Amino acid sequence: MSPALAAELGRIVGPRWVRFRPAELAAYEADGLPTHASRPALAVIPGTRHELIETIRLLHLASVPFVARGAGTGLSGGALAGKDAVLVVLTRLNRILHLDPVRRRAVVEPGVVNARLSEAALPHGLYYAPDPSSQSACTLGGNVAENAGGPHCLKYGVTTNHVVALEVLLPNAELVRLGSRSSESWGPDLVGLFVGSEGMFGIATEITLRLEPLPAAVRTLLAAFPSIRAASEAVSGIIAAGIVPAAMEMMDQACVRAVEASIYAAGYPTDAAAVLLVEVDGTAEAVQGEADLVEALLTRHRATEVRTATTAVERARLWQGRKKAFGAMGRISPDLAVQDAVVPRSTLPDILDRVAAIAAHYRLNVANVFHAGDGNLHPNISFDGRDPDMVARVHAANHDIMHACLAVGGSITGEHGVGSDKLAYMPDAFDADTLGAMRAVREVFDPSSRANPGKVIPYHACREWRRGGAV
Amino acid sequence: MSHDVLDRLRSLLGPASVSRDPDGVPRAVPDSTDAVAATLRLVDESGWRVRLEGHGSWVPPDASADLALTTRGLDRIVTVHPADLVATVEAGVPMDVLRRRLADDRMWLALDPPGRPERTVGSIVATATAGALRGGFGPVRDHVLGCTAVTGDGRVIRPGGTVVKNVAGYDLTKLQVGGFGAFGVLTTLHLRLRALPAADVTLLARAPRDHLTSVARDLADAGVQPQALELLSPAVSAESEWIMAARCMGSAGGVAGDLARILDTADLAWNELDVERAHAFWHLVTHAGSGAAMTVRLGVLAAGLDELLDLVGQHLDEGLIWAGASQGGMRWAGDAAPEHLRTLRHLAAEREVPLTLERAPWAVRQAVGHFGAYREGVGPLVAQLREVFDPTSRFVVALGGVEP
Repeated sequence: MSPALAAELGRIVGPRWVRFRPAELAAYEADGLPTHASRPALAVIPGTRHELIETIRLLHLASVPFVARGAGTGLSGGALAGKDAVLVVLTRLNRILHLDPVRRRAVVEPGVVNARLSEAALPHGLYYAPDPSSQSACTLGGNVAENAGGPHCLKYGVTTNHVVALEVLLPNAELVRLGSRSSESWGPDLVGLFVGSEGMFGIATEITLRLEPLPAAVRTLLAAFPSIRAASEAVSGIIAAGIVPAAMEMMDQACVRAVEASIYAAGYPTDAAAVLLVEVDGTAEAVQGEADLVEALLTRHRATEVRTATTAVERARLWQGRKKAFGAMGRISPDLAVQDAVVPRSTLPDILDRVAAIAAHYRLNVANVFHAGDGNLHPNISFDGRDPDMVARVHAANHDIMHACLAVGGSITGEHGVGSDKLAYMPDAFDADTLGAMRAVREVFDPSSRANPGKVIPYHACREWRRGGAV
Repeated sequence: MSHDVLDRLRSLLGPASVSRDPDGVPRAVPDSTDAVAATLRLVDESGWRVRLEGHGSWVPPDASADLALTTRGLDRIVTVHPADLVATVEAGVPMDVLRRRLADDRMWLALDPPGRPERTVGSIVATATAGALRGGFGPVRDHVLGCTAVTGDGRVIRPGGTVVKNVAGYDLTKLQVGGFGAFGVLTTLHLRLRALPAADVTLLARAPRDHLTSVARDLADAGVQPQALELLSPAVSAESEWIMAARCMGSAGGVAGDLARILDTADLAWNELDVERAHAFWHLVTHAGSGAAMTVRLGVLAAGLDELLDLVGQHLDEGLIWAGASQGGMRWAGDAAPEHLRTLRHLAAEREVPLTLERAPWAVRQAVGHFGAYREGVGPLVAQLREVFDPTSRFVVALGGVEP
C-alpha cells in the first residue's frame, strides 16, 4: 500500500483516523471468530458520510480493495482484510438520524449499536426487534451486512424483515437509494437482495428500520428436560399448537454447567440434560392464555420442572445465563469457536447426537446453545488456539458438522454469514450455476470485485456466466 | 424456421405439451424444471421471445410473444413436512389445491392473495400479491424460503433452501419474489407454513371512511394488532358504506383478549361473523376485483392513508379499494387510462409512495410498466440484473416502462 494513499486518506478523514502501524492494526486482525486472522494494509475511520464517500471514491480511483467493518463482533471472519486491502471502520458513523414514532421508523447511520436504537425508541413505547447476542456492541450496519438474527427472531423475523430502505454507497462511490418507508419497493426487491450480502455489494450509509411496539405483557418460562429429544419434541409441540413464542432457546447440559460455574449463574438446573427457555408476549390476555398452554405442553412433553417469570427482574435473571452463555463458555478454555448452522427442526435430536459423536471423535469439548424454534444450532467448541493439532481438529470437526447439517437438508449458516469461515462449504451447499449467478449479481454492484474480496463466493466453483450486451 | 422450432419443441416436451393459445401463439406446457430449462435453451437458440403464464387468471396472458410458456404442468406438491412447517411445491400448483392439502395436516400458507382460487402459487410469488393478512404475517417474501428458477438462457438456479433461517449466499430468492418473471421462470418454491390457528374471528364495522381510519389509529395506539385490519370500499363488500374488517387469529385466549380490546377501544358498532359468514366474507373480499381489468398496489403507510385514498379517488376512482388500516398498503382495481396511472404514480412518488401495476392488459403494462419512479441509481442496477438472468432478453415482461 503506497504511503501516498495513506496521506491522501489522512487528508480526507484527518491523520489520526488513519491507522497503519502494526500495533494499531493488531486490533483489526480478527473479528469474533478466533480461527481466522489477517492484518489489513491500513485502517481508515471516517467520521461523516461525506468523509466515507470521499474515502470510497479515492479507493475506487486507486483501484484499491476495501473491507467495511463495524464493531468487529462478526463470527464468520467476514470483516477481515488482507494486506492489499483497506479496512473501512464505520463505528464513528453512529448517529440516529431520525426517529418517527408515528410511522414507527428509524433512520440510522451504519455504526449505530443495535441496543442503542431500542434504548432511543423506548420512551416512545417502541423497540428494534432483532437482538443478536452481541447487541450491546454490534452495529446495525453489520447486522444489515450479515442479515443478523437473535433469540427473538422466531416471532419477529431477522434483520431483513425490519429493513425497509437503504442508501447504499456502491464500490465506485455512486449512491443508490433502495426501498421505501413502507415495505413496498419502487421496483424489484433490491433491499432484500442487499441485506445479507456481507459487505460485497457496497456500504449501507443510511438504514431505515421498522420499529415494533413494546408488548404489553411478557412471560418467560424455563423448563428442564431429561433429554434433548424430549425438549425438542416439546418445541415441536408448541409450534404445532399454533403458538409462535417470541423466543424458544435451548441449552444442553454442558452449556448449563458452564453458565452455572460462571459469574453469570442464573440458577439453571445443572442435572437436566436440556434447559428450554420459552418467552411469550403480546396483550396481557394473550400472554396469560399462551403461557398456560405452553406450560401444559412442556409438562406433557416430560419437563421435570417448569419455572415462570413475569417481572422484568425475574425474566432478566432467566435470560442472563442464555445471553451470557458464550462468555461463560469462553472462560473454560483460551478460545471458543461459536459455530452456526441450521437444520429442519424435526431433526434436532438426531443432529445433536451427531454433533456429540463428531466432538468425541476429534477429542473436543462441545456445548450447545441454540435457537430451537428455528432449528438454528450453535455448537461451541472450546479449544486452545496455541495448539496447532487442536486447531486442525476444530476445523475438521466444523467440516463434519456442516456436512451433517447439509445432509439433513439444512444450511451452513443461519445468522453469522459465510464470510471467510464457510467459504469452502459453499460448493457443497449450492451448485455451480447458482454460485455463478451469485457471482454475476455481485459484479452488477461491484464489477471489479473490490468490496470485501474473497468472501462468500468461491469464484473457482462458479460456472461461467453469460451476460447481455448493451446496458 | 418457426415450424422447425416447434417441431423440436414437440419432440422435446412431447406433442401433447405444445399447443396454441386462442390467438394462435404456440404454448409450451413443460412438466419439470429440466423441461423448462430445455425449452428456454431451445428458445434462446432460435431467438424467440417468451411470455410466462400460470393459469392466466391474474396477469392476462396477452403479451405479444413468439411462445407462451405456462407453468400449469408443474403442478405437484413435492413434499410437505408438518413437523417442520415447510412445504416444497411446484410453481403451477393452484392455491386452492395447496390450501386443501395443507389443511389435511392442520397447516396453512398464511397468505390470502386476491384473485381466483385456481391462481398458481408461482403467480402469487412472482407478482408478490399479498392480501389483508400481510399485516399479521408479512408480505409474500416472508413466506418463501428458497426456489428453483430457470433463466432466459435455460440455466437452473437454486437459491435459498428449505429451512426457516438461512443466510448462506446472496438472497437471490428476494429478486424472484415480485420480479414478475423478469429474473427467471419460477419452477419450484420452498414455503414457510404455519399451524392452523385455534381461533379465527372476524369483526366488521360500517362507518364513514375518515372515522374508520381514525379508529384504526386508536387501535394501533392501544397496541391492538389484529392479523388483518382492512379498510374496504363499498364496492368491495357490496355495502352502502366503507367497512373495516378486523381478523384476529391465534390461541383462543389471545384472540379473546384481542377482541375484548377492540370492542373496548374502538367507538364502532362491531358485528362478529360466525365461521361460515366469515369464510364467505373473506372469499368475497379477495375475489371482488377479479373481474376488473387492472389492479394497482400502493406502498403507503397507515399515517398517509387518508391523503392517498383521496388521491386515488381523484385520479382513478373510488371503486374497488382495499387498504391496510393499521399496517398500510393499498390496492385498487378497476379500469384506467395509462396517462392516469402515470399521473398517479408521479403524485404518489412525490409522497414517497411506490405504485406497482400488478395486472393490466398488455398495452397498459407496456405503456406504464409494473414499476416506475425508480429512485437514484436504481434503474441501471435493475437493467443489469435483468441481463444476468435473461442475457438475450427472451422474457417479455414490462418491468419498468416501454419494452425495448
